[in-house]
Amino acid sequence: MIATRDAYGEVLAELGGENDKIVVLDADLSGSTKTGVFAKKFPNRFFNMGIAEANMVGTAAGLASVGKIPFLSTFAIFAAGRGWEQIRQALAYPKANVKVVATHGGVTVGEDGGSHQSVEDVAIMRAIPNMTVIVPADGEETKGAIRAAAAYKGPVYVRLGRNKVPSVFPAGHKFEIGKGVVVVPGTDLTFITTGLMTAQAVIAAEKLKAEGISARVLHIGTIKPLDKELVEEAARETGAVITAEEHSVIGGLGGAVAEFLGENCPTLMKRVGVYDRFGTSGKSDELLKYFGLNAETLIEEAREIVSRKK
Amino acid sequence: MKEKIADLEEKARRLRVAIVKTLHKSQSGHTGGSLSAIDMVCALYFHKMRHNPQEPAWDGRDRFVLSKGHAAPALYVTLAECGYFPSEDLMMLRRLGSHLQGHPDSKGTPGVDVCTGSLGQGLSMANGMALGLKLDGKDNRVYAVLGDGELQEGQVWEAAMAAAHYKSDNLCALIDSNGLQIDGDVSKVMNVSSISDKFKAFGWNVIEIDGHDMGQIIAALDAAEAHKGAPTAIVAKTVKGKGVHLFENKASYHGVTPNDEELPEALKCLGCFD
Ligand SMILES: Cc1ncc(C[n+]2csc(CCOP(=O)(O)OP(=O)(O)O)c2C)c(N)n1
Repeated sequence: MIATRDAYGEVLAELGGENDKIVVLDADLSGSTKTGVFAKKFPNRFFNMGIAEANMVGTAAGLASVGKIPFLSTFAIFAAGRGWEQIRQALAYPKANVKVVATHGGVTVGEDGGSHQSVEDVAIMRAIPNMTVIVPADGEETKGAIRAAAAYKGPVYVRLGRNKVPSVFPAGHKFEIGKGVVVVPGTDLTFITTGLMTAQAVIAAEKLKAEGISARVLHIGTIKPLDKELVEEAARETGAVITAEEHSVIGGLGGAVAEFLGENCPTLMKRVGVYDRFGTSGKSDELLKYFGLNAETLIEEAREIVSRKK
Repeated sequence: MKEKIADLEEKARRLRVAIVKTLHKSQSGHTGGSLSAIDMVCALYFHKMRHNPQEPAWDGRDRFVLSKGHAAPALYVTLAECGYFPSEDLMMLRRLGSHLQGHPDSKGTPGVDVCTGSLGQGLSMANGMALGLKLDGKDNRVYAVLGDGELQEGQVWEAAMAAAHYKSDNLCALIDSNGLQIDGDVSKVMNVSSISDKFKAFGWNVIEIDGHDMGQIIAALDAAEAHKGAPTAIVAKTVKGKGVHLFENKASYHGVTPNDEELPEALKCLGCFD
């Protein structure tokens, strides 16, 4: 179990040694976002921009235009929030080679409360043309995703979390942008999941098996571009889909899957996520329970959707 | 006057005790910046501002914006001391179901007018309040407390420009200049000095004070009220973690709460032995 942000700090420092074009920017949160690990190793390629996120995005765009590969980090709410239009204008529109790696996404930020719990960043980023949006499930996938983002030419948004999460993928797992992964095979329904909800779906699938329900788990690490092939295959083969994410049910993974299936393969569907409301203060684990972001909810929804299939 | 000042100093000491106890209980929240701002918040609520704890939405009230929203404990203990809500509520800070959110939330907490927490937005909101109150021909005043790190946000200077442009002399910004932010010294992370010169250049009336000297705080608030034709910035030199030597001038105590070992020592520093 490690936090995806810790994996980010580690791999970023490795990448820094492999490619001297990589530069890193932060906005007074380098201890929390883990870019401090890079800053320590490569102080002259690290720029602390202070509490000024919009300026940080524009600066990264400038660095990219002279051949650097900038990674910029802050909390998801400030990256996607305070930097939205700058990301749109200065990064996505010109296809700038900048990687926005936002930490502390979702409700697991915890006690800081609703002002800091970003439940809409994926929707915001997904709506921007040219943007690639990645939400890794665990530390191992984060390392792969960061390496893939560095190798990819163009703007990428990677959303990471604050807390330790269970591992889903083995060491050395290869991440490919735009490719989903069937983590558990199954025939009665499919959990299409992202971020920390994938580990919960694996637990749910295991428990459902004992009840005679065969649940597939399809992990979507790249929300955009969506792996349409695997999503459609899952819908056709299992006839029922439950999406799950630590994000609003509006506009994130659930939105992406619903939009695609609605037009191409209408399927019995349910979205698990935060239901159009703000976060609230509380401990991370309490909040996951409070918002129903756990295996228990997935099991209940699975039973329900399978009964509706008949 | 001397008595008044002594009275406020004693209030501030008790509020510091409440901050330390509250943060120890919640084990989550911001210690340093709450202790640096508390003297000014105390002077505002117990000396300067017109407000009515029995009627939080009273039309005749002056307005307060905690732009550096992470210092919410400083605001909460003050509101509780005023009687906006029972002080037992403080023990629920940052808990699930509590009305005391990690950052000020106007939807749930009596006495809180604006949601803050994302830095750099408060001065715009405060100037909006000031403009609106003036439009209605009211003489109510608006006070906003900002951090010095927070001044790195460009929006602060957009607000500074607008407030001077519209001659919002019913607006007063108090800059809690403790010299530290999360990643270290403000001067090293992203230098904002000279704060006074910057506000002056934007057309503000500027008063420099020691933000822990109650006499100076009161004099500055009075002078701000008397100044016509431009908003006033009170640039207050403060100490992050002020009052508890364990926390003073340490960036590491920005978002760290007192633990069980530190609590007795912290309370002793504040002259609290119960
Ligand atoms: C827009 C935004 N970016 C980043 C943060 C995270 N953050 C919270 S407090 C803080 C440092 C604030 O420093 P300062 O304004 O000097 O406050 P003080 O030292 O008085 O506590 C940061 C970067 C935030 N709350 N809002």
